[in-house]
Amino acid sequence: MASRILGISAYYHDSAAALLVDGEIIAAAQEERFTRKKHDAAFPHHAIQYCLEEAGCALGDIDHVVFYDKPFLKFERLLETYLAFAPKGFQSFRRAMPIWLKEKLFQKRMLKEALEKDAPDFAWDERLMFSEHHLSHAGSAFFPSPFEDAVVLTMDGVGEWTTTSVAIGRGNDLKIHKELHFPHSLGLLYSAFTYYTGFKVNSGEYKVMGLAPYGEPKYKDKIISEIMDLKDDGSFLLDQSFFNYCTGLTMTSEKFHDLFGAPPRKADKDPLTQDHMDLAASVQAVTEEVMLRITRSLADEFKIPNLCLAGGVALNCVGNGKILKDSAFENIWIQPAAGDAGGALGAALTAHHMTFGGKRTIAQPAQDAMKGSYLGPRYEQNDIEARLTALGAQFEAVSEADMLEYGASALAEEQALGWFQGRMEFGPRALGGRSILGDPRSETMQKTLNLKIKYRESFRPFAPAVLREHVADWFEIDEDSPYMLLVANVQEKRHLQMTEEEKALFGIEKLNIKRSDIPAVTHVDYSARIQTVHEATNPLYYRLIKRFHEKTGCPVIVNTSFNVRGEPIVNTPEDAFRCFMGTEMDSLIVGHCILKKADQDPALAKDYKDAFELD
Amino acid sequence: MSFIKELWAFMMARKKFWLFPIIIMMVLFGGLIVLTQGSAVAPFIYTLF
Repeated sequence: MASRILGISAYYHDSAAALLVDGEIIAAAQEERFTRKKHDAAFPHHAIQYCLEEAGCALGDIDHVVFYDKPFLKFERLLETYLAFAPKGFQSFRRAMPIWLKEKLFQKRMLKEALEKDAPDFAWDERLMFSEHHLSHAGSAFFPSPFEDAVVLTMDGVGEWTTTSVAIGRGNDLKIHKELHFPHSLGLLYSAFTYYTGFKVNSGEYKVMGLAPYGEPKYKDKIISEIMDLKDDGSFLLDQSFFNYCTGLTMTSEKFHDLFGAPPRKADKDPLTQDHMDLAASVQAVTEEVMLRITRSLADEFKIPNLCLAGGVALNCVGNGKILKDSAFENIWIQPAAGDAGGALGAALTAHHMTFGGKRTIAQPAQDAMKGSYLGPRYEQNDIEARLTALGAQFEAVSEADMLEYGASALAEEQALGWFQGRMEFGPRALGGRSILGDPRSETMQKTLNLKIKYRESFRPFAPAVLREHVADWFEIDEDSPYMLLVANVQEKRHLQMTEEEKALFGIEKLNIKRSDIPAVTHVDYSARIQTVHEATNPLYYRLIKRFHEKTGCPVIVNTSFNVRGEPIVNTPEDAFRCFMGTEMDSLIVGHCILKKADQDPALAKDYKDAFELD
Repeated sequence: MSFIKELWAFMMARKKFWLFPIIIMMVLFGGLIVLTQGSAVAPFIYTLF
């Protein structure tokens, strides 16, 4: 009988479920997509239900359920930390204890009860397993990778104790070799600057990364010399007198504020200044320095040419791009759901291979096992039409060829196009399943998408999706980057010369300068977060871009996630229609259905801009 | 009861016996806080909890 293992991450942020059948990844999804609550931390009832439907089985058919971290170990860290800092930290202790003593310490029971709701007659005690947080990350990075052996590096805020781990993966085995422990954490250092520059911890880190190219890393040396004790091999200690996260309810301390000469920025009151951009550039530069020191020393120590990455820090695609360019490792593979959602998948894979000895086979030619990360729900054409009709949407159902022709023409006419096809992506990036697309040659596209469709800050860059065979002609990279986790510069021949006046501009003033042939996806430092599009993993998306290429000579389009600021990426045709109607998107393609904004009943548009809490 | 057993097994595995009296004290102290307060709301800094 087939072995079925369900992985779960929950109770902290980004709850998710992933299902393996005989070691094959059948389905994986984040709970937020179903509940429409960004970073939803609740038990992933909906995601589990979906995974079971996809596999055509019931919860009772599952052999083992694996949770992605170990609550007792986390509690141990909590108590030891409070003890180490006592009596400082009483306020934090006072607020943390109730939630631990009422809920989190009893996670096994909570999991059991949640599972019993759907399948009451099973001995869940025997089927419930726990994997360590960073082992889950490492498992998610190595087991689906296209490598027989690899160095596996995981970095995040914190799991139980570990903040950075190094493991070696061989065949179906994975051994952790070394770790850095809390409170010394690269993720938390980045989050401290995220907090200090006025963004939300655990979601604003992308913004800091996007803001960095507008600044100069003038504080890099200060951070390394005063806050950190950074060794040649990339290991480090953080001077805790600059931080407050161990004992307080903020990330940074007064000493930190004194060092950088101001209190933390208040998002609702204080404008973003050049200094904030310089701080963002500095922490980004420090992060890259640490990542490079670690990877160089690991390449030297283990002499293995392959590197796998996971953990929240592995979503820092600028840093990943630097590691690739540095060439200490010949090959890099990054788990697309590198954050905690991916822990659900890693926990299941770790149990399958390491506990139950499941064999690992790598598809030839070497290919990862993530299926393009298209692991979520899909909707058949008949179902889509019925759902759109029920919503009162005006649409035209056409052939696939006509749909692609319409899509490519709409893009060439500089329309903002909603694109809803096939299975939903697992992980934070939209990869052509639930995307908003645009023409990268347009000078106004970045502004339009940011301000009229995504309702987000104007400085934030957009990513290009490019046909794999053309990537080297447009960008300084000739590698697969299917998950949008590598950043590289736009080819120099595509750059546009700046005038002397433009060169003299500083910081955010640079935003409106046309810097290349594809300005909508060229960041101020000429960098771009690249998605290579492959016919094998997403043929429809590939053919759309190919048709756009035939029409315009440009094999690149803008790809951004199908949502507005603060909203989880759309899951159902209904979500897509609501988002389409609530924003200034021009056209929407769902399956083979074409929807034009001008044809829709304006009464169906609901206030959308303020429907979601800002991230 | 199974919770106590598991906690004990955990401490055996981790060999942190010196933590035991501290855990008891802190849990009692924490328990008092729970009893004297109605709702359990997590502080906003996610990473610690």
